[in-house]
Amino acid sequence: MKIVTDADNFAGAKLAPGDALPAPVSIGREGARTLRAGFIPLVDAAVLIVAAEFGFAQREGITLDLVKDVSWANVRDRLAFRQFDIAHMLSPMPVAAILGLGSNPSPTIAPFSLGRGGNAITLSNRIYGLMQREGELAGDEDALAHARALATVVRNFRASGKPPLTLGVTYPFSSHNYELRYWLAAGGIDPDRDVKLVVVPPPMTSDALAAGAIDGFCVGAPWNMVASERGVGRIVATKQDIWPSSPEKVVGMRPEWAETNPETVSRLIVALDRAARWADAPENRTALADMLADRRYVGAPVDIIRRVLAGEFTIDREGNRRVVKDYFSFHSGFANVPRPNQALWIYSQMARWGQAPLSTAGIEATLSAYRPDLYREALGKEAPPIGSDAAIEGIAPGDRFMDGAVFDPKGMKDYVASFAIRATGHSQLPSEDI
Amino acid sequence: MTHRDLTILVIDENAIRASIIEEGLREAGHRKVTVIHEVQGVARIIETLKPDVIVIDIENPNRDMMEHLFQLTRTVGRPIAMFVDRSDTASIEAAVEAGVSAYVVDGLKKERVKPILDMAVSRFNAFSRLQRELADAKSALEERKLVERAKGILMKMRGLSEEEAFALLRQTAMNEKKKISEIAQSIVTAAGLLIR
Repeated sequence: MKIVTDADNFAGAKLAPGDALPAPVSIGREGARTLRAGFIPLVDAAVLIVAAEFGFAQREGITLDLVKDVSWANVRDRLAFRQFDIAHMLSPMPVAAILGLGSNPSPTIAPFSLGRGGNAITLSNRIYGLMQREGELAGDEDALAHARALATVVRNFRASGKPPLTLGVTYPFSSHNYELRYWLAAGGIDPDRDVKLVVVPPPMTSDALAAGAIDGFCVGAPWNMVASERGVGRIVATKQDIWPSSPEKVVGMRPEWAETNPETVSRLIVALDRAARWADAPENRTALADMLADRRYVGAPVDIIRRVLAGEFTIDREGNRRVVKDYFSFHSGFANVPRPNQALWIYSQMARWGQAPLSTAGIEATLSAYRPDLYREALGKEAPPIGSDAAIEGIAPGDRFMDGAVFDPKGMKDYVASFAIRATGHSQLPSEDI
Repeated sequence: MTHRDLTILVIDENAIRASIIEEGLREAGHRKVTVIHEVQGVARIIETLKPDVIVIDIENPNRDMMEHLFQLTRTVGRPIAMFVDRSDTASIEAAVEAGVSAYVVDGLKKERVKPILDMAVSRFNAFSRLQRELADAKSALEERKLVERAKGILMKMRGLSEEEAFALLRQTAMNEKKKISEIAQSIVTAAGLLIR
């Protein structure tokens, strides 16, 4: 496969038949556009990378200048301080920003979701061994059984006076944080009392596990499989096990930038939509894996990336396999719509874990961070109509929460209160007026 | 008006840059400066040191870990905000551009912290200028070596004099709108493939 290294030299990129039209010189009054886009080296940055490398951005008159970064805090700050025009972001980041959470909250909107899936939870061989012995696991249990077995191990640790387990996530406002907490709590573990949660940068997770600095982690692809292939950990749950529709990464931008550059935003969304369709097509997955494996992007072994994309997991050091259907969905099932329900679910988990108080104003703010209207404006009939979110999440077949709970976005307070394990004693964070 | 000394924590994996910053802070009269090169155990250090200002290089992937830490400390009532005055976007942009990020205890006066940030920014910039010059010098040397090798190959294979070989390289570079060193690289690569 030809790797196009120069953004300007896209003549060799693979385009769909009949698509090789010359790029427009400029975008209306907004001029020729080069967008600086920050990203973190993860498989779920794929749609941005495909748009930049396979001509989809160029066809919309946009040059995507992708800048690899090392931390989500950097991505946030560089977007806020105009070093980036757009950024690959964790889906909770725009919500946290609008709610004023974190150390540098600055208004951010998400008009495009980069797809679904990709996360998993990996535990060290030592802990999984204890789960097998003390939790009586045979080896083919599901995510919930794993969480329950871990709860037994955690209880035994405490009873014998051992220090609590240390588990890694990637960022305080991340799908990984909420998914790991959801999984732990579903098994009966209080993530704030029974274990210690720390933050580990994704590329360091496998080393940290090998070194015994952490006992497990929840992170995006390909880092779980990197750890299991190295034989240092056992994958015990995937994002699909916890909630298949749970939001993952989005494209974030400053609202004021989006307002001044409406046509660019629109064309960007079209470019990303085409890139996402391309990335989803099975016949393109080999080319996609080759591109992602490149040092400029994810920089992980291509065979691992290929299997991660196919959802073919090596789950432990014995080489046991598991196939997760639709482990990555870059486009299908309206995966690119920034759904209001997803934003609200994120807010519910922030409230559940004491990061933010629940309020009507907070709900409104949260909804304003996700912009399906911009998505629809750009794609017209191709986009689902506004307001087509399900009334209740977690009831559609194949889209259940691991604990069987359902999420009614109209009843946020009851939903948060329905969890047996949640942050309590945060007297400074009462439910305000809801 | 007298102030108590500000406690400043500098986290930088680059020991040389860290020492340059430390020196600058001490020259500016700051006495309570702590420098660490790795974030291992940083939680405990912050807990005991209670810094007013934390300066951390932006390329440090452990910034996300710091964010988590502040999220925790916030719940015990030690709010830490990024930068002092968010309205001063120009100086914040300069800081981010230079690769400096800073965390400042809420409530500190801008005029107390701004000089610290400004100093860090100028030292960061000076340091990267130094690094750039070093890298430039190194790549200039590499390029010269490459051109010498390409010249040697041309002289041997085409029976050219040194001047003719160089003229051919230069002419080809001009025709192809490339740098001489790029043409030289192609020649060296091709020769490696074609000649045993």
